[in-house]
Amino acid sequence: MRRVYLDYNATTPLAPEAAAAMIDALRDLPGNPSSIHREGQRARAAVEQARRRVAELIGADFTEIVLTSGASEANNIAVAALGERGPLLTTAIEHPSVLAPAQRLAEVVRAQPGPHGELPEVPALIAQAEAAGVRGVSVMLANNETGNVLPVAQFARAARERGWWVHCDATQAVGKIPVDVEALGVDLLSLSSHKLYGPKGVGALYVRAGLELPPMIVGGHQERGRRAGTENVAAIVGMGEAARISAQLDLAAEAARQQELREALWAGIQAIEPGAHRQGLTDPALPNTLNVRFPGVDGETLLMNLDLEGIAVSAGSACSAGSLEPSHVILAMGVPYDEARGSVRFSLGRPTTEEEIQLVLKRLPVVLERTRSLAWG
Amino acid sequence: MTGLEIGDRGVVAMSGGVDSSVTAALLVKEGHDVVAVSMRLYETAPRSDRSCCSPDDLFDARSVAAMLDVPFYVANYVDAFRERVIDYFVDEYRRGRTPNPCVACNNHLKFDVLLGRARALGGSWLATGHYARVVHEDGRWKLMRGVDANKNQSYFLYGLPRAELPRIRFPLGGLTKDEVRDMAAAHDLPTAQKKESQEICFVTGSSYKEFVRERLERDEVKPGRFVLEDGTVVGQHEGLHQFTVGQRRGLGIAWSEPLYVLELRTDVGDVLVGPRRGLETRSFQVDRCNWLRWEEPPALFESLVQIRYRAKPVPAQVTVGQGGAVHVEFETPQYAVAPGQVAVFYHGDEVLGGGFIESPRA
Repeated sequence: MRRVYLDYNATTPLAPEAAAAMIDALRDLPGNPSSIHREGQRARAAVEQARRRVAELIGADFTEIVLTSGASEANNIAVAALGERGPLLTTAIEHPSVLAPAQRLAEVVRAQPGPHGELPEVPALIAQAEAAGVRGVSVMLANNETGNVLPVAQFARAARERGWWVHCDATQAVGKIPVDVEALGVDLLSLSSHKLYGPKGVGALYVRAGLELPPMIVGGHQERGRRAGTENVAAIVGMGEAARISAQLDLAAEAARQQELREALWAGIQAIEPGAHRQGLTDPALPNTLNVRFPGVDGETLLMNLDLEGIAVSAGSACSAGSLEPSHVILAMGVPYDEARGSVRFSLGRPTTEEEIQLVLKRLPVVLERTRSLAWG
Repeated sequence: MTGLEIGDRGVVAMSGGVDSSVTAALLVKEGHDVVAVSMRLYETAPRSDRSCCSPDDLFDARSVAAMLDVPFYVANYVDAFRERVIDYFVDEYRRGRTPNPCVACNNHLKFDVLLGRARALGGSWLATGHYARVVHEDGRWKLMRGVDANKNQSYFLYGLPRAELPRIRFPLGGLTKDEVRDMAAAHDLPTAQKKESQEICFVTGSSYKEFVRERLERDEVKPGRFVLEDGTVVGQHEGLHQFTVGQRRGLGIAWSEPLYVLELRTDVGDVLVGPRRGLETRSFQVDRCNWLRWEEPPALFESLVQIRYRAKPVPAQVTVGQGGAVHVEFETPQYAVAPGQVAVFYHGDEVLGGGFIESPRA
């Protein structure tokens, strides 16, 4: 059976150019980037070239890029650093790698989303934060579940007027919509390689020049003393190549293409299932994400049936035991637990084709009918 | 795409143990379209060396499914398990009875909601790693003992829905445990050397008595007396939930002869104790019966009746009264017939049906 992958918000396949660059690096760059000999120098050059490409993608200087094991690490470090300065303003719809370190902080103001995942007005939140003595803000640029784009620039402007630091988890946005640290006006920004067709296990934290963060890992001078450990050269090279491709891509054209496919998918779903409910905003939003609730359908069985019929999507998050939990984002939007379990996230990507969308729409009626039959038992 | 046509797809319930691993392996080898499903039954992570379905066991099940290259899913039945098994388990102790949680799980989860799930996944059958057999003989479907006399689990399966027997598969029913272990080793399954799960799967860290006490209301755990048949008080206890009919150990009574629990008197909180002969029971009632041999049982039949998992089935006469009330009369008296436990009726190796034991002293 031909499979259709529509879970690009979970991860993206490696771009062929990135794969090729990684294989070259694995084969041809045996040196330790910290070594002073030629082998070391060549590996160092490759790492620094990748760093520049990541910096260019987000409008940063290469000295502002700290290479990490991924966005989760970058988020952990950023939130902990903000927390050291005082109370934090964040949202209830952040990624768990922001929510969990925020949970450890003594004082947090958490913005709750409305029914479409939208945040309250920024001035009101800032006023509330000010009253709580907030010193830092952490807000994601685009939500992984709904695709909503949040007003990070507006938060950042208000925050910086007050001398607060601003962190932005841009993991879902980078590679999908333009991301520029100057335009956003943020001090810290997290990104992940595997969401933009690079390899897994590598990411970056942008740290605005002049900001002093405590070292993330000590015991080595790597990353300007901010994160010890011999660099994962091949993965970093792969991320650099993926960043280069994203920077060269006509993002607006690709966004328009994915958006058109997404709307075709939504129109088709509505035709099959008139009771289906779209969750999240349509604007401002990522072009690739469609979150649909199928009322009266068991989400767990629906996801299994979609997979058995060759359609890879996601619904909520897997717990440690591997069973499905409703998305905390959908729950925060006020959707009751049982209904939240019937939510499915379709996320499109650069390889997604019109034919794939049609294939999904062709298989969906069987999937829904089967899933509904659970009610007999 | 075949629409809603039913093919040879089926679901294998995988606990992460060796039995269900081999079950899946056998069905894959036979060329069936296998979907592996593990049931997540409780929130906490019990110690994996004594139970199934902990995160470690789900990890093992996933590893086996990956090795066999079949789809694997975890079905969340935490709420259903709490309502249908754990609450029942505690409630039976509350009522001074002896529950059988494995039967409740089979009756109300595995061969109920999981069977429904198998169908909703486009499956036409459900397989588990039980040591029992479903055979088609004499023009009908029969549930039979597994051939491994020591492992035979047909006792726990009397409650299978009769109409679903054609859709239930027990591939291990014709094998012995040793053969299953050998097969697991031969297939290099990661679960080949796993220990047997013996205890009550959801009771972890403590004894089942502790487990029950933690779940009873404060005023439900009250001290009471040990009394003899003649009313003599021979000691004090800290709550009825600790006792089961037939129990001898752990009573803490010094007496001239060994004393056994004969009855739990929930109304007054007394434990009636006495010598072993006091446990002798000639007859008892069975409630909420499920019949596999017949749609409706005959009014009177001879049967071998098994009253505990490890007990030997013994000859008895079974009378089915108006409204389905079932009365069992042993040929020779039996010891320790505990209310709440399950009585299963056999004819040879065939399971005729079964139900819950009520009022043995009636």
